[in-house]
Amino acid sequence: MLLTGNALCYGDNVDTDVIIPARYLNTSDPKELAAHCMEDIDPAFLAKVKPGDIIAAGRNFGCGSSREHAPLAIKTAGISCVVAKSFARIFYRNAINIGLPIIECAGDFHDGDALEVDLSAGTLRNGTTGESYVFPPFPAFLQKIIEAGGLMNAMAGGDIA
Amino acid sequence: MPMTMTQKILAAHCGRDALAAGEMILADIDLVLGNDITSPVAINEFTKAGCECVFDCNRIALVMDHFTPNKDIKAAEQTKKVREFAGDKGITNFFDVGEMGVEHALLPEKGMVTAGDLVIGADSHTCTYGALGAFSSGVGSTDMAAAMAYGKVWLRVPAAINVRLTGKLRRHVSGKDVILHLIRLIGVDGALYQSLEFSGEGVAALSMDDRLCICNMAIEAGAKNGIFPVDDQTLAFLREHGAKEPRVYAADPDAAYERTIEIDLSALVSVVAFPHLPENGRTFEEIGEVRIDQVVVGSCTNGRISDLREAAEILRGRKVKKGVRALIIPATQTIWLQAVREGLMEVFIAAGCAVSTPTCGPCLGGHMGILAKGERCVSTTNRNFVGRMGDPQSEVYLASPAVAAASAVMGRIASPDMLDA
Ligand code: SF4
Repeated sequence: MLLTGNALCYGDNVDTDVIIPARYLNTSDPKELAAHCMEDIDPAFLAKVKPGDIIAAGRNFGCGSSREHAPLAIKTAGISCVVAKSFARIFYRNAINIGLPIIECAGDFHDGDALEVDLSAGTLRNGTTGESYVFPPFPAFLQKIIEAGGLMNAMAGGDIA
Repeated sequence: MPMTMTQKILAAHCGRDALAAGEMILADIDLVLGNDITSPVAINEFTKAGCECVFDCNRIALVMDHFTPNKDIKAAEQTKKVREFAGDKGITNFFDVGEMGVEHALLPEKGMVTAGDLVIGADSHTCTYGALGAFSSGVGSTDMAAAMAYGKVWLRVPAAINVRLTGKLRRHVSGKDVILHLIRLIGVDGALYQSLEFSGEGVAALSMDDRLCICNMAIEAGAKNGIFPVDDQTLAFLREHGAKEPRVYAADPDAAYERTIEIDLSALVSVVAFPHLPENGRTFEEIGEVRIDQVVVGSCTNGRISDLREAAEILRGRKVKKGVRALIIPATQTIWLQAVREGLMEVFIAAGCAVSTPTCGPCLGGHMGILAKGERCVSTTNRNFVGRMGDPQSEVYLASPAVAAASAVMGRIASPDMLDA
């Protein structure tokens, strides 16, 4: 699967409280959640995000609360993929479980860089700088969840593990 | 193959004799937990996937604690959805206003977790039950949905950090200071994808409330779980709360650890984590004058009876400083009643504190004590992220109940030693 979009960059330890503040968690409607995505770290996020854009961040992205509302808000806001130096573990599993592609990559990016991610080949190309990166494929186990289109499908199919 | 305590519990839950760090497993769960924020999303997933029955109506706990008593209409709709789901599926462990408590204080109190259990919860602080010798870890709502339907969870077997404790804590220094100290040492991602396994002779000197507080914040170092060895205190606690028969696992003496961290409990002093990360711990030698507007004593970290006792000891016969709002939130109904019986409530009210029914409330900036722009709060909760307790420009300082109470009296961040005798 090929994903292309412009980079929206953030630093280390972006927590789920700034991705979707708790004051908006009195709903589970993805659209309502997306309307407040990244509000406490980047109030301009919604104005600038375009469908397919890619969040590029530093270490420990998605740390803090287990709220699946965070990857859900990001996905519903139109983000095609999150690239980070590392992910907090609950965010990582939530993203896999709901089918939001996430990639661990050590590269440094700038706002607006034209990124191209090839999920099956495991490559990321920065069209703006010309740099390329490779990332390891997901373990076979997680690959099954991704291919099934999320955890619930994979479990229903009974072909997990 | 030598295994850590965590690895042994995981192996037992997927029918394996041995497991190595990094393996992916599908494990059987003993209990799955959700709250009024995460359960509605899980119920959406459960329903969307066409699931009808839950795997076991006695092994699902739904605790309405975050925005309850319902803070607004939308929150009321969310709890209603969970209440109806619980009724429809015959879920026995549904805890509503009047019998609820903050989930991670409630479950151990109700004897719902025992040593050797595998517990997952759609709440990051599910790692709390490691204090009881269980494997417990926070997951998301889809994991919760799958667990409710199939009784299983996928996990990557973690490597571990061995945290060796020696010595005994000094007066007014508590489990909160231990964990804030550890997070300061290793950072908020210092234990990412790993277990924090506590060991050493210092364990025996820590109360169960201290251990629950320490494991509660394992996630604040990025850990998958925190876990304590099972000793006489653990077994007594489990018996007293009517928990199931414990299954005791111990790490092999030659288990492999990523690293070992030594902590001498007797050398620890009070630690306050400055905004906006739990790793920004400072001792009073490094803290200048920081004026505050609010104090919160409560939450799944420090809303237990020993925390209230500690705060009351300091507030007895003293007054909360004019201009400071001090909120005391016992974590469960049982703790509330105990505090009444011990006369602690009288101490709090006389000192000028507001006391609330159990709720997460201000801990996550939900309700009951939201901060305005520029305001500062000393809180016994576990997160001080940007906007966690209100306006993105407000500030949360994480501390022990003793420091929170002393700060309420002084109107600034203060240690108990700074109060006049
Ligand atoms: S008290 Fe705070 S940290 Fe604990 S479960 Fe409630 S919101 Fe989460």
